[in-house]
Amino acid sequence: MSSFEDVLAADRRIEPRDAVPDAYRSTMVRQIAQHAHSEIIGMQPEGYWITRAPSLRRKAILLAKVQDEAGHGLYLYSAAETLGVDRDDLTERLIDGRQKYSSIFNYPTLSYADVGVIGWLVDGAAICNQVPLCRSSYGPYARAMIRICKEESFHQRQGYELLLTMMGGTAAQRAQVQDAVDRWWWPSLMMFGPPDADSPNTARSMAWRIKRHTNDELRQRFVDMTVPQAERLGVTLPDPELRWNPGRGRHDFGTPDWDELKRVISGGGPCNAERIERRRRAHEDGAWVREAALAHAARRQEGETG
Amino acid sequence: MSWPLYEVFVRAKRGLNHVHVGSLHAPDDAAALRNARDLYTRRNEGVSIWVVRSDAVTASSPDEKDAFFDPSGDKVYRHPTFYPIPGDVPHI
Repeated sequence: MSSFEDVLAADRRIEPRDAVPDAYRSTMVRQIAQHAHSEIIGMQPEGYWITRAPSLRRKAILLAKVQDEAGHGLYLYSAAETLGVDRDDLTERLIDGRQKYSSIFNYPTLSYADVGVIGWLVDGAAICNQVPLCRSSYGPYARAMIRICKEESFHQRQGYELLLTMMGGTAAQRAQVQDAVDRWWWPSLMMFGPPDADSPNTARSMAWRIKRHTNDELRQRFVDMTVPQAERLGVTLPDPELRWNPGRGRHDFGTPDWDELKRVISGGGPCNAERIERRRRAHEDGAWVREAALAHAARRQEGETG
Repeated sequence: MSWPLYEVFVRAKRGLNHVHVGSLHAPDDAAALRNARDLYTRRNEGVSIWVVRSDAVTASSPDEKDAFFDPSGDKVYRHPTFYPIPGDVPHI
C-alpha cells in the first residue's frame, strides 16, 4: 500500500480522500482558505478604482483583473472543499476573524498609480510565492495554482505597463508613481512572511512538500528580480541599504518592520475593519439572491415532476 | 441552505476529451453551466462544457485502490512489449 509518506518521498501528489495525518489536512485547509480569502478580499483595494479609471481601456483591464481575483478565490475554495470543508463555513470564518487573509490588502489605494504598483509589486511578489506552489504536494491545490499563475502574469504586466505610461507623463504623474512605490515596497516584502528564524512551521511544511522554499529565499528572489525593473521604470526603491553584493551575487537589502507586520496581521492595519465589514455586508446583502435562486430552482423542478 | 456542488468538465478544443477542471456551486443545472463558463473559460479555454452534480458521481475508493486495480496488474500479455519479435521483421 502506498502510504502518505511514500507518496511524498516519491514527490507524487496527495489526492482527495487519501488517508493523511490530521495536521496535514488542517494545515492544507488553513493555507488554501487563507489564500482564497486573500483573493476575495484582494478585489477591494483595486475594485475601488473601477469607477475612477482614467479611460475605457484602463477600466476594461481593471474590471478583467478584479474578475480574475474572484475567479482565483473560487478555484481555491473549490480546492479547499475537496478536503471536506464547507464553503459557507469558510466565508463565516473569514467574516468573524477566525481565518486570516494576506496582510497586504489592509493598506489603502490612494491614487491610480497604486493600481499599477499593486500589479507590479504585489502581484509580482504573489507570483514568486505561487510558482513553487504549482508543485505543492496536495493535487487540487497545485492544479488551482497552475491556473492562477498563468493568469497572474497578465496582472503583473498590465501593472508595469500602466506605470511605464505614467512615468512617460507629467512630473505630477511621476511623483504619484514614486509615492505609490514608497508606500507599497515594504508591505510587498512582508508578503513572504516572517524571517525564517521566526517561522516555526516552515520545516514541517517543507517536509510535507506544501512549501518548496523558505520565506527568506523567496524574498531574496523577489528583490533580485525587481531591482532592474525599478531601474528601467525610473523609480527609487525606498531602502537605503539596498545594493548589489558582488560577493554573494545577490542584492543586500534592509529589514522590513516586522512589528508592523504583526500589528497589521492582528487587526491593526489601516483598512482591516473596512475590508471585513465590506465582505460581511456583501455576504449578507446577497443572501436574498442566493435564497431566491434556490426557490426558483425548486419551483421549476416541481413543475417538471408534478 | 446552500447551493449544491457541481463538477465541471471542459473540452479545450475539438478532437480532445472533456477534462475535469474543478467545481463550483450553483442553484440549478442551467446556472451551473453559466457559472462554469464565467469561472473556467474566461480566456477561450473551451469549446464545450459539462456540469454534473457532485453527489451524482460514483467514485472508486482510495482505500480499496490496490484490490480494485489488482486484476489488471498481472496481465503483462495485454501489452505489445510482452511479445518478442525478431529485429528483422519490418513494420511491427
